[in-house]
Amino acid sequence: MGDDGRARCGGGKSSHVGCQEAVRQLYVYLDGELTEERRLQIAVHLDECGPCADAAGFEAELRAVVSSRCKDRVPDSLIARVAAAIAAEAELSDPTRPSGAP
Amino acid sequence: MADRAAFAELAMEHMPALYTAALRMTRNAADAEDLVQETYLKAYRGFDSFSEGTNLRAWLYRILTNTYINAYRAAKRRPEVSDVEDVEDLYLYHRIAPEAGSTRSAEEEVLAGFTDDEVKAAIEALPDAFRIAVLLADVEGFSYKEIAEITDVPIGTVMSRIHRGRRALEKTLAGFAQARGLVAAGPVAAS
Repeated sequence: MGDDGRARCGGGKSSHVGCQEAVRQLYVYLDGELTEERRLQIAVHLDECGPCADAAGFEAELRAVVSSRCKDRVPDSLIARVAAAIAAEAELSDPTRPSGAP
Repeated sequence: MADRAAFAELAMEHMPALYTAALRMTRNAADAEDLVQETYLKAYRGFDSFSEGTNLRAWLYRILTNTYINAYRAAKRRPEVSDVEDVEDLYLYHRIAPEAGSTRSAEEEVLAGFTDDEVKAAIEALPDAFRIAVLLADVEGFSYKEIAEITDVPIGTVMSRIHRGRRALEKTLAGFAQARGLVAAGPVAAS
């Protein structure tokens, strides 16, 4: 993966995506936020370029690690506290609440 | 228009995710609990204005985020101006695998080595705007458009914050892996 700002794989053909560009678009690609045309171009590059495919796989796995290692258990006391606060609010602010049905 | 009586039934199930986000935002349990409670009270009071059939989860995150930002700014009495360092693409990857394709097990070892505390600390080290964007994208799984709506910033800004935040996150995580001797220190020579 060069740092000369140009595509290395398939350079010269505008429909081809090089390593540099694939890496630059990698986050958006993994986020599923590229246009279909663009997504396909990156996907084709990843099919043809082992190093980029490996890097993409690593980034995807890193994302999964970040997501799975970042969970916390809600304390039961907080659930009870919020439920009580809402109940108190309901009684306080809405004593004559009409039924929800029209 | 949503009926307040249905609020608890619909909204309470989102509390684990909101609490996780609140913890990463405030960086401590007491403030996170207060933030979640405040969020739920505001959501309850404003539930009449929530359009049923739209994204309740995103709506709750919007209230959480705004409540956090407003409380934070009031407490610190200063605007949020912090920025992240510019970090190159694939920062962590390049330090594990300078010769790509030959170090699959090294990659696995690095990824498996990260602890919950390290990942949480790495996220919490990001400045507010970047932390919130990365959190909403990578932990909560919101789309760019949803994050733009939750945080009230243009989608281009959202993308920039997510991408720059992720690269900064990688550098922090690389530091943890480096401490275990699993990745190279410092800059990597251009190939």
